Amino acid sequence: MGGPEELIRGAVSYFDARLGGVPVLRKTLHYVFPDHWSFMLGEIALYCFVVLVGTGIYLTLFFDASYAHEVYRGSYAPLRGTEVTKAFGSTMQISYETKAGLLIRQAHHWAANLFLVAIVLHLLRIFFTGAFRRPRDVNAAVGVTMLALALLEGYAGYSLPDDLLSGMGLAIGYSVLLSVPVIGAWLGALVWGGAFPGGDEFVSRLYIAHVLLLPIAIALLVTIHLAIIVRQKHTQFPGRGKTERNVVGTRLWPAYALRSTSLLLAVVAVVFLLGGLVQINPIWLWGPYHTYAATNGAQPDWYLGWLIGGLRLMPPLEIHVFGYTLVPNPFFGGMLFPLVVFTLLYAWPAIERRITGDDARHELLDRPRDVAWRTALVAAFFTWVAVIFVAGSADQISVHFQIPYGQQVWFFRIAALAAPVLVYLVTRRVCAELRSRNSRPPRGAVVRRTPAGGFERIER
Amino acid sequence: MRRALALAALALAVAQPAAADSVSRGRALFVEGCSSCHGFDARGVAGQGPSLVGAGAAAADFYLSTGRMPLDAPGRQPLRDDPAYDRADIDALVAYVASLGPGPAIPDVDPARGDLAEGQRSFTANCAGCHQVVGRGGVVTGGFSPSLHEATARQIGEAVRVGPYLMPPFDEHRIDRHTLDSIARYLRYARHPDDRGGWGLFEIGPVPEGMVAWLLGGVLVLVVVRLLGERNE
Amino acid sequence: MRALGRWLVAALLLLIGRRRARPARPERPRYEAGGRDELLVLTLLAAVPAACVAFVVVYFTDASTQWLGLALGGAFALAAAAAGIAGKRLVSQKRHVEPRPELEHPEEQEEVLRELHEPGEGLTRRRLLLTAAGGAVAALLGALAIPALSLGPGAGGRLTRSPWRRGRRLVDEQGRPIAAATIEVGNFLTAFPEGADKEDFASPLVVVRIRPDELRLPAHRSNWAPDGILAFSKICTHAGCAVALFRYPLYRPRSPKPALVCPCHYSTFDVARGGHRIFGPADRALPQLPLAIDGEGNLVAAGDFSGRVGPSWWGVRKS
Repeated sequence: MGGPEELIRGAVSYFDARLGGVPVLRKTLHYVFPDHWSFMLGEIALYCFVVLVGTGIYLTLFFDASYAHEVYRGSYAPLRGTEVTKAFGSTMQISYETKAGLLIRQAHHWAANLFLVAIVLHLLRIFFTGAFRRPRDVNAAVGVTMLALALLEGYAGYSLPDDLLSGMGLAIGYSVLLSVPVIGAWLGALVWGGAFPGGDEFVSRLYIAHVLLLPIAIALLVTIHLAIIVRQKHTQFPGRGKTERNVVGTRLWPAYALRSTSLLLAVVAVVFLLGGLVQINPIWLWGPYHTYAATNGAQPDWYLGWLIGGLRLMPPLEIHVFGYTLVPNPFFGGMLFPLVVFTLLYAWPAIERRITGDDARHELLDRPRDVAWRTALVAAFFTWVAVIFVAGSADQISVHFQIPYGQQVWFFRIAALAAPVLVYLVTRRVCAELRSRNSRPPRGAVVRRTPAGGFERIER
Repeated sequence: MRRALALAALALAVAQPAAADSVSRGRALFVEGCSSCHGFDARGVAGQGPSLVGAGAAAADFYLSTGRMPLDAPGRQPLRDDPAYDRADIDALVAYVASLGPGPAIPDVDPARGDLAEGQRSFTANCAGCHQVVGRGGVVTGGFSPSLHEATARQIGEAVRVGPYLMPPFDEHRIDRHTLDSIARYLRYARHPDDRGGWGLFEIGPVPEGMVAWLLGGVLVLVVVRLLGERNE
Repeated sequence: MRALGRWLVAALLLLIGRRRARPARPERPRYEAGGRDELLVLTLLAAVPAACVAFVVVYFTDASTQWLGLALGGAFALAAAAAGIAGKRLVSQKRHVEPRPELEHPEEQEEVLRELHEPGEGLTRRRLLLTAAGGAVAALLGALAIPALSLGPGAGGRLTRSPWRRGRRLVDEQGRPIAAATIEVGNFLTAFPEGADKEDFASPLVVVRIRPDELRLPAHRSNWAPDGILAFSKICTHAGCAVALFRYPLYRPRSPKPALVCPCHYSTFDVARGGHRIFGPADRALPQLPLAIDGEGNLVAAGDFSGRVGPSWWGVRKS
């Protein structure tokens, strides 16, 4: 019939003649994907990353990573005549003068936020279904590492424009780094190339970390993550015809390829819709950063809210010896807390192996209700982090609900300890109920109408 | 000439009692509504309310026109509310308080005279720490700093000069008249700032942005994967 | 309490435990080629270029971010819908079964291990060679890492350096000296050392004035606040934000006392007592700068800060 069929035939034979690739192509087309919807959460993150790289490349062509001063002369009137850095000024240029610049910039920022939403949802799915068990414990570690890198990458990214909000965030980050015992001051000076706020050398380092070093690291880990999945094949929920040694699902070609393409397009759609319709990080309202300036109600992006919560809830404890400070306060909420969380995330597969004594290979997932103790523990752990996360916006809660800040701090301190316990108990109960619903015999009695007109019960 | 003089004298005679009238009317209102905390002589009641001698017209007009006074109970933070008195009564009370002793007069604030960019810079430097960079209000330990979006230019000027409740006062050495006009102009702008990025999320910042990421973005992508994927039998 | 627990459990069950009675799913394929689904996908695909054209038109006309986003996002949404419907309705949904790979090869493991160790059999100093090789690699990596130290100067002096000296004049953000007489009780302003870098952590000051009779400074600072004018570092000792709130009550008896508050985590510093912390996570007091009034009536520093400026680090004095 000519046309597209001839083209494809030509392409396949070209490929085969040079790389001998037809068997690989065949295998790829036949590759079976278990297709539960929750298995697509990681893909959402992957596609967000693709969008981030694409929109990010565009932004690098306009952004000026420099702390050199200039006087703003753009079209946003309330900042005209204000002294700003070139980083801020170039971001203003992208937002106000460049056509579609604000769309791309906001799409980039929304994609970053969505990237972390997807990672967290995916992480929850992995933990609740026991997908981290052998042989996927190594891939779980890769995933947790990517979470850490994504957090760092997002922080670096929104700190680049040198606006008031993100500048305050950098000062706090600097303080947390400084608070590391023994080497903190040295670390701070190393990263900043001197004292805070640093000059051009700092912002250019931040820029290179954000556009080159961290994306390469994430891309590398994503590749390893996917390669491991391809090699091991994806897990699946138990069900009819599914065993520990097979994969039941949809082939890549045609159905899964189309569905995955649809997901990619949908993620791009969501990101551009948000990027055009919902404002994010309006730096022109915040203004430029100065070490001597601050605004009430400053917050980091959502995925760092848990760290702010840690800083807020930590009592004014500092460890001193003979009048010299050894462990400054920000260390506990800003460094120790995330270290504990990440250690637990990394160690959980090993901890579970210890508890259950189960070191076998698992390819079938658990339904969360079937492993109530793990589901409840994971839920409790995430509740602990979530309560601290909510505490991070205590100042906003104060303003909007008129609840005094000091009272909230105490409430959240107690809730951070009490809520996980409550959630653990409730989750166990819910799991038990859900399990028993499937296996309970029908309730009630079987009755029969008697000839006399009444009912009699048939004993079963 | 004599006719003009006579008319002038008549006008003066009419005006004086009118002014005195306002003060005495104000005093009557004061005794009725304010003296329980501020004392019959307006010299304050220990532990209840301050002396208003020297408080000035600016303070009186500010507190009354924003409905902060009368206060439900002493010790509570005075918050914006519907004014308890109409304009005429407020003017009378203001006249009375002003008559008690010299104090800050009602400032003449005109946003049109101010410079928007200077207002942004000045507001950020002096006010954003408490009131948030676009005047949405905020928290201070021991109280709340209110949103400034309902304040009139006059009320802004009054608050700046008086320093109500926990707010520090700013006299002309700190914020001169032109700067005050500029701040008022900036705050007028801040009521409806440039939200060219779309829905402004009340210009609060990353907290509502995070909510949108989860409740809009997250929900949308979850719906999509739910439609695309399969469910368990 | 138990009743509450039961209600909570019931609510959760209602949310997640509902399951409609569904007939057992027939074996796929379930699709019907042709018909409505094909038409739907065609329509969606046809609408995509229309939306893209809209995007281009908006780009070249008013380029409003909202319309651009709607057009482009809409185009992708239409394409996503087309691909999704095609993927679920137009093509075969047949289930396939594949075996999983056997991951472990115990016999081959043994062989591989043997082959790895084989070359070393003939060597006499095998362990020494291995140790030496390991040491060499470690040394190489260590050497490669050393240039990273050039990233930053030694921390040392940087953190304790301060531009403030006895006699250094205070200036405002425009560089003008500050006359003490212009500062009223309750005022608060930001000041800098004359001629210094304003962004340096040790530079910005917050200057406030309280009534002299309210001062409760420690004995050795009794002359640090002429006329009740106090100066403190503007950088919070908790996490480095600018201490930009000054709480000064109009009516003292029923209000909290004058204090400087940081807007980040609300560390609150008592100005009358020399910056002592009364609330919040900061541990060290806000460093106070001694003030004096020079011959022209302007504010000058009478020395350096009472303690280290900014957030704490290992070894800093608590002061």
